[in-house]
Amino acid sequence: MNSIIPLQNIDIDYNELVQSDRAHTSLYKDEKIFDDEMEKIYYNSWVWVAHASEIPEGGSYKTMNIGKQPVVVVRDRKKKVHVLLNRCRHRAATVCEHKKGKTNSFVCPYHGWSYALDGSLRGVPSPESYGECLDKSELPLVSLRVEEYNGMIFASFNHDVEPLEDFLGAAKKWIDLFMKQGAGYPVKVLGEHRFTFPGNWKIQLENTTDAYHFPLVHKSFLSSVDEKTEELFNFDNQPGYVEDLGNGHSVMVMIPELVDLEEELMERPIQERFEDLAQALRDEGHEELQVRRIVRAVGGSGFNLNLFPNIACSMAFFRVMQPISVDKTEIHHSVITMDGGPQIANQYRLRLHEHFQGPFGFGTPDDAEAWERVQKGADAGNDLWIMLNRGLPGEVKTEDGLKSDVSAETGMRAAYQQWKKLMTA
Amino acid sequence: MKIDLNLLNEVTAFIWAEADMLDHYEHEEWLKLWNETGVYIIPIDPALTDYENNLNYAYDNHHMRQLRVNRLDNGEAISTSPKANTVRSVSRVRIVKDDGDEIILRCAQNLREFRKQNLKHYTADVTFHLIRDTEQGFKINRKIINLVNSTDTLAGISYIL
Repeated sequence: MNSIIPLQNIDIDYNELVQSDRAHTSLYKDEKIFDDEMEKIYYNSWVWVAHASEIPEGGSYKTMNIGKQPVVVVRDRKKKVHVLLNRCRHRAATVCEHKKGKTNSFVCPYHGWSYALDGSLRGVPSPESYGECLDKSELPLVSLRVEEYNGMIFASFNHDVEPLEDFLGAAKKWIDLFMKQGAGYPVKVLGEHRFTFPGNWKIQLENTTDAYHFPLVHKSFLSSVDEKTEELFNFDNQPGYVEDLGNGHSVMVMIPELVDLEEELMERPIQERFEDLAQALRDEGHEELQVRRIVRAVGGSGFNLNLFPNIACSMAFFRVMQPISVDKTEIHHSVITMDGGPQIANQYRLRLHEHFQGPFGFGTPDDAEAWERVQKGADAGNDLWIMLNRGLPGEVKTEDGLKSDVSAETGMRAAYQQWKKLMTA
Repeated sequence: MKIDLNLLNEVTAFIWAEADMLDHYEHEEWLKLWNETGVYIIPIDPALTDYENNLNYAYDNHHMRQLRVNRLDNGEAISTSPKANTVRSVSRVRIVKDDGDEIILRCAQNLREFRKQNLKHYTADVTFHLIRDTEQGFKINRKIINLVNSTDTLAGISYIL
């Protein structure tokens, strides 16, 4: 009998389940492992919760889950962001059921306990029955640790977790590069596609750093774009790469010339598919340099930055991951626009997002089909492994970590090593 | 309330034919039902009706409709193999506006999809903007499909709603 197959009531040896070039199939299927992941990763590490533009003003909020726990992400009147457990301290009812909005306070609908935007308990109806036995200062909405880097807001249940900037490390400069797609305007999230697939969250985590699947799974998308764009998306013909950035983060550079969106703006020609947009912007009176900056930004960055465990800055959108259960995952693809930027340019971005993303897009349904098949296939062969050895022979050391060719599984290896580190801590 | 039963019959027959074409994958015929400048829209948030400036599930002009049909028919997409079987019922048709040039009508659509092991159900409030056409009676200027669960998470849909 293979001793590394997890059994109920026996401690799982996570060191054995993730090796340098493979991960065990049970990582997709075992409910005990999923429960441990919630505790050791989602309730311990930094988890992305929002982009600053989603809660722009005092009183703006959004609700979401961190792991399986509902939270409210809210900005108070002094503009400080709080991440609060969405649970009344009286008898546990959620205090907010809207996806997003603006409010002055959170009032529990069950017995009317009311909380300020920073989570403090303000009032309880008919307090006399409590006499001296209720100290409101002891019962605020539970507050998580919150830090922000370049508009990316993260939270952690672990108040002793390392500073966010240390956790992001080498990924920070890639976040800065990604934000250049505001073209000088603030980056703004304007809605999202939300969908589920019947599979484990790590299948999607792998996919964001997987260029290998693109020409095959997205053949129908590539057939729907013009020849030049199809060429641009032919990652094999370009000197792209995948780099392990430490702490489970990685970057996959598919289109090296679109790493820095502000590089050689005047020197390089405008992509054919954006000629009409460029002319429309000129007609609106924008200077040629700004026209080119906006047009370049509309097409998005030439890389996917995968931040462990739940967020990716992926070409022109944020990919947010929400594990639901061991075999069900929710994904959000948030569209990024230029706040106050030219309307026509933002319309281009919206239409490009709709073209590929979402349950009705030309890309996402095919991804979802592939992931669903992974989960289903993983029911066969309980002692088999998920192979992650692609690109190993060509892997070289870099200043930030390790690097290999564009279709290497270097980014997945990085994520699974971080997984192992947290699961064995 | 006075109902123009002749017009109601005419538009109902037209949208029933449209529904039948989609269930039977007669996409080329379906494309011909459209006005060249028409837009096919599946909104996410029903409250955001400035569709052009907001994110939708689909905002297909003539070009995108043609591309979508190509994608669904050319066999390249793994989510279309096997194809989904769909049967949709269209009912509760009400003409909300008829100004001579354009007729706006609302109807209810219940669609059942079966693909692999899964039977799924999509209910939508659908609005059509039709213009009169001498050859085929009407052409579609706009079709807006408001799924009752549009703000919830959906699964992949590789056919035309």
